[in-house]
Amino acid sequence: MHISPVLWQFLVHWLTNSALFPPEASAISPYMDAFYFFLCAISAVGLIAVAILVFGFSILYRKEKSPVATQIEGSTLLEATWTIIPLALFMICFVWGALLYFRIYNPPTNAMNIYIVGKQWMWKAEHPGGQHEIDSLHIPINRPVQLTMISQDVFHSFSIPAFRVKREVIPGRYSTVWFEATATGTYHLFCTQYCGTDHSAMIGEVVAMTPDDYQKWAAGSTSGASLAQNGERLFASLGCNSCHSGEATARGPNLSQVYGSRLQLADGSTVTANDAFLREAILNPSTHVMQGYAPIMPTYQGQVSEEGLIDLVEYIKNLNSNYRIQQTLTTSQLAPGQAGASSSGTPQVNGPARAGRTAPSVPGTVNQ
Amino acid sequence: MSTIVTLPNQEEARLPKLSYLNSEYGLKSWLLTGDHKRIAMLYLISITFFFFLGGAFAGVIRLELLTPQPDLVASDTYNKLFTMHGVIMIFLFLVPSVPATVGNFVIPIMVGAKDLAFPKINLLSWYLYVAGACFLVYALLNGGVDTGWTFTTPLSTHYLNTHVITAAMGVFIAGFSSIFTGLNFIVTIHRMRCPGMTWFRLPLFCWSHYAASILMVLGTPVLAITLVLVMLERTVGIGVFDPTKGGDPLLFQHLFWFYSHPAVYIMILPGMGVISEVISTFSRKRVFGYTAVAFSSVAIAVFGFFVWAHHMFIMGVSNYSALVFSLLTMLVAVPSAIKIFNWAATLYKGSLTFETPMLYAFGFMGLFTIGGLTGVFLGSLGMDIHLTETYFIVAHFHFVMVGGMLMAYLAGVHFWWPKMTGRMYPESMSQLAAVTTFIGFILTFFPQFIVGYLGMPRRYHAYPPEFQVLNVLSTAGATVLGIGYLLPMLYMPWSLKYGKIAGSNPWQATGLEWQIQSPPLTENFVDIPVMDHEAYDYEWLAHKTEHEVTTVG
Amino acid sequence: MDSHAIVTGQEQHEEHEEHPAYLRHHFVTVEQQRETASFGMWLFLLTEIMFFGGLFMAYLLYRNWYYDAFVAGSNTLGIGLGTTNTAVLILSSFTMAMGVYSAETRNRKGLVTFLSLTILLGLVFLGIKSKEYHDKYVEHHIPGASFSVEDFVHPADKRDVPLAPDMAQHAQLFFFLYFAMTGMHALHMVIGISILFFLLYHAWHGAYTNGHTSTIDNFGLYWHFVDIVWIFLFPLLYLISRHPLK
Repeated sequence: MHISPVLWQFLVHWLTNSALFPPEASAISPYMDAFYFFLCAISAVGLIAVAILVFGFSILYRKEKSPVATQIEGSTLLEATWTIIPLALFMICFVWGALLYFRIYNPPTNAMNIYIVGKQWMWKAEHPGGQHEIDSLHIPINRPVQLTMISQDVFHSFSIPAFRVKREVIPGRYSTVWFEATATGTYHLFCTQYCGTDHSAMIGEVVAMTPDDYQKWAAGSTSGASLAQNGERLFASLGCNSCHSGEATARGPNLSQVYGSRLQLADGSTVTANDAFLREAILNPSTHVMQGYAPIMPTYQGQVSEEGLIDLVEYIKNLNSNYRIQQTLTTSQLAPGQAGASSSGTPQVNGPARAGRTAPSVPGTVNQ
Repeated sequence: MSTIVTLPNQEEARLPKLSYLNSEYGLKSWLLTGDHKRIAMLYLISITFFFFLGGAFAGVIRLELLTPQPDLVASDTYNKLFTMHGVIMIFLFLVPSVPATVGNFVIPIMVGAKDLAFPKINLLSWYLYVAGACFLVYALLNGGVDTGWTFTTPLSTHYLNTHVITAAMGVFIAGFSSIFTGLNFIVTIHRMRCPGMTWFRLPLFCWSHYAASILMVLGTPVLAITLVLVMLERTVGIGVFDPTKGGDPLLFQHLFWFYSHPAVYIMILPGMGVISEVISTFSRKRVFGYTAVAFSSVAIAVFGFFVWAHHMFIMGVSNYSALVFSLLTMLVAVPSAIKIFNWAATLYKGSLTFETPMLYAFGFMGLFTIGGLTGVFLGSLGMDIHLTETYFIVAHFHFVMVGGMLMAYLAGVHFWWPKMTGRMYPESMSQLAAVTTFIGFILTFFPQFIVGYLGMPRRYHAYPPEFQVLNVLSTAGATVLGIGYLLPMLYMPWSLKYGKIAGSNPWQATGLEWQIQSPPLTENFVDIPVMDHEAYDYEWLAHKTEHEVTTVG
Repeated sequence: MDSHAIVTGQEQHEEHEEHPAYLRHHFVTVEQQRETASFGMWLFLLTEIMFFGGLFMAYLLYRNWYYDAFVAGSNTLGIGLGTTNTAVLILSSFTMAMGVYSAETRNRKGLVTFLSLTILLGLVFLGIKSKEYHDKYVEHHIPGASFSVEDFVHPADKRDVPLAPDMAQHAQLFFFLYFAMTGMHALHMVIGISILFFLLYHAWHGAYTNGHTSTIDNFGLYWHFVDIVWIFLFPLLYLISRHPLK
């Protein structure tokens, strides 16, 4: 979409200085504002048209000037005109709006991912590198950032007016939104879905920094362990490694490189193993059984928090080989009584037969 | 031959000796009446009370929002205030406003019948309204409800300990009041039209109410079952809406909005009917494009059922279903535009006077145009992402519901006041009130569009300081608006005793209700009339007043 | 022409044409009254369809999500009792229809008989329903604190697929909807039977066999509607995906 740069600069300066618009701090903001202009313009035209008609006719045909009314039944031509013109204008709005919507809700594949967990009444941001924030979000400019969000309790809504993005944060499923910040600065972050007592206190700051500043910040704010590392610990402590050990005879499917792949489920359907699938498979395993495996995985509903699930998902996302799983298995074997040290590396033989299993081992897997 | 009652000279007008008001005396005759006109009066009193209660809550909200800090009331109290404001204004005021008062009073007369099809069910409707209201008042007096009028789950089912079930029960019962009113109207319009009254001779007021009644009858039961599920969820806690137990919180959203979107058309369509009548009368012209306006009403009702998910664009509906709902939303906007243009065209070559109902109608046209167009903003997917859940939405729906519907309601009450009471309200005072309301309204709600685009979320108790100027403007406007609404509370009762006698047709309007005495007899017509002319037939009216003079004292 | 102000007293009636006592005065003819009442009842039944629709929608969604649990839950419902109930209800619709016929043919005794039979059959239906609810209670299938997943994780019937515990928990949703839908239906039955008692009393005194059949006609419509709702509930809850009978 091309807008005259000169005119645009003028409008942006004028409007943001007159405090009618929030700052235009993301790549999509100018497009949103341009659409808003168009909508305001056609609304103004429509309103002025109606106003002229009403006031004009009131003056021209007031009783003193027009004592006798002329009875007019109608005019099909006029009806058609004022049906088709508004319809056409509304269709333009529809198409323009749809294009904008698809742009905002379809993240690019190279977007960096940050997890957001909303709860009454705070926002928790989890960067993959292990930085945890509460009620704030540090991001680099000029880089697409995708937010994968979930709520721990009720509906919330994550809104950054300066970036012109907003998405509902729902309990029980991930929702995503993406943006690319273009101007450094600190911007408002609001929860916009009524969520109880302190709904209006569930606000924060989005700090957009230059990539260098962001690196510095990330280095200085990490908690020491990345999300994937936390996930690895959880994977072992919850005993996931006993079934998902990556061995050929394991009771659970191999999870290395499973993220993003197409999977054949036991009921015949094919799915893509994305974040939502992984999360659901941990919480409702019996509806996500892979073909060739028995539905024996217990549910972890109520045992893992949303942050824990995020950690596990991150871990699985970054799992390229089963080496580390094997490591954790060995470690759990060495410490008797440790949670998760249920079985040795040798799975039971009397498990149900698994037909048609896909090739498991990654070269270099150490089978201990 | 039709028996028409009229008074030839306004100055010589006398109140008729016998009317529905004095045909029987005593509280029982009012509380056990089957007369649609008395029931309309019962509704008028009840909804006026609740209007001011809801309005008082709005006043406190606006006072709180004068400052960015949450300093007037506690957060929980604020949440209860906006919840009760919404619930009362929607379910106890706007939904019954025109249909239950003016509609009940006038529709049987307009179709040429002696009463609605089911007078006892009409009375039952009022009692259901009162029962529902009692539940809500009970909830209010026992601490209030803070779910928001939308009862969003899982907040309302698992995270609040206020009287949610009581409030839901109140809305449930009031919903049945609405269903029975709609049922009564549909059957009356189908089956009780007098000889000669074809569909296309009906006043457009009847068409609008017919369309609204379809929505009432088909949509409200879905709200009822949704509230039942919420109440069961709160008691049994199975998890039908709780994701931790396998439920789907979005199911509630779909079920709730399936009613609540048609609900907004239930609220606005009767008002549009009033505007048709008022514009026609005060231009002394038939409505331009009668058929287009009539079919537009029905089109709004039909399309209105297919757009509910436009309240859920950012909630995780798939991109493709969002597309479908956005497209349909654009389609539903068109009939409203058609109506506005038809009304404007009705003014062309008319003979206009500017009594209070006409002023309110003009206010409606301007404000509803703005409100409706901002609906197009919100129906455009991309724009909705930025605007939804902000004050832009608050401004949008107040423009259509208050700037639109409430103005239409006031237009209707003023327009038919002479018919209902036999008295005229004081014209200058009411014109002042109308203008005050208009100015106050714009000052209150226009800044909210701006502060919404700036990002201020709705239902916020505290806000960032940079939004304060606009909020102060809004509260200032609210004060003016409040005065505009209080004035009728003063002069309308005044007019009951001191207003000029109206006579049967003070506006010289067409329509069967203006051809009978004011106030009407209990049975409306002594003999069922025969309709022998078209709707809005001013030539017929001119001919009649020249030639016929029958007075009944 | 003098003013026919209020039409109440008996003397006013003589000035009108002959009309039956049951003609309400806002109607012009008996025909209009009858057609209006019928229209009103059909419209009311339409609202009832919308009312039940929400529950059907929830059932549709969750059956799709938790198919296995719903199949397992459905298999625990007694097909014998369910089929008997269906037959009872259809029979009661027949007796109701016969009652309408009796009213139209001015057969007072017939009307009273058939209304009584309808009440009886309705009560039989409710009785069987309570037995079914009691069975669910005994089997720990009532959703909530007392729910037990044992029957689903370790099913007695060899043809039943054992469910994983988390899927078995979702069977609670099935039972919740079972109780909500059949409970709502039963509530409508109770209301219907109460009205039937009222109608029975008036029918005994000849109120509906003097030509004023519309009350019985319209109640018949309501009763048939309640029957039809059951005809939808029965296959959805009891029959779909059921094991074939041995």
